[in-house]
Amino acid sequence: MSLIRYQSPELAAWPALDRWSNLRDELNNLFEMPLWSNFGRQSQLFSGWTPALDVYQNNDNVIVMIELPGMRKEDIEISLHDGMLTISGERKSESKDSENAERTERFVGKFRRSITLPTRVDANKVNATYKDGILTVTLPKAEEAKPKQIQVNVD
Amino acid sequence: MDTLVRENRNGVNGHQAEQFVAPVASLTENGEGYQLQIEMPGVNKEGLEISVENNELTIMGRRSLPQIDGTLVHREMRPANYRRAFELDPSIDMAKISAKIDQGVVTLMLPKAEQVKPRKITVS
Repeated sequence: MSLIRYQSPELAAWPALDRWSNLRDELNNLFEMPLWSNFGRQSQLFSGWTPALDVYQNNDNVIVMIELPGMRKEDIEISLHDGMLTISGERKSESKDSENAERTERFVGKFRRSITLPTRVDANKVNATYKDGILTVTLPKAEEAKPKQIQVNVD
Repeated sequence: MDTLVRENRNGVNGHQAEQFVAPVASLTENGEGYQLQIEMPGVNKEGLEISVENNELTIMGRRSLPQIDGTLVHREMRPANYRRAFELDPSIDMAKISAKIDQGVVTLMLPKAEQVKPRKITVS
């Protein structure tokens, strides 16, 4: 059973939720299922890759930076849907059969991060750059979302 | 072959003024040597310092993150620089260590010295 997580409109709540909801689901599953069905099932609790993500905002743009070291540009996917930005992708294993893995800390596989943007953005003008293993996505705010200066006229 | 590239967790000089983060690393071995890959997002060639001293390999990466004009509304990235030290296996030929960095991943090639490489002996 999978629950669809409630998306808080507040920016700060996401990452924590991401990890803890994972843990909570896992604990819920533990209680809901007959105990024996969990035996032999590989726990998904700490598997997965949650790349670190920073969000900045100024008058014109929302800027999202995410740490994705060692990716190929083609393996990164960015999508924008209903005010939700999703960055996903896959890091493929580079190891050959002739090699022995002595220590493996680097994550291989898929990741996915979604955030609800704090304002409306112009989906046609989104720009992304990938440099030194950091993906920077710049999302220009929609005209109606930009702060406006209102002049007060004094007679 | 039970000793390999061993990690030194004691720190180099004990106390340090600067705080570092230990980056994630993976190590593979083949007959020719070891390949060590370390994740240092935000570090470029200029910010990377690799040194070998007394059989100890130290990799330090200074981050040069893109400067963004705006207010930070959410943070997960750690602002610290990276450092990690490994103790080298004596079979490694220290003169032939090479390194490259690509999209925030440092790849170090640590070749084994000629005399310890596996060798095929043909029976006549």
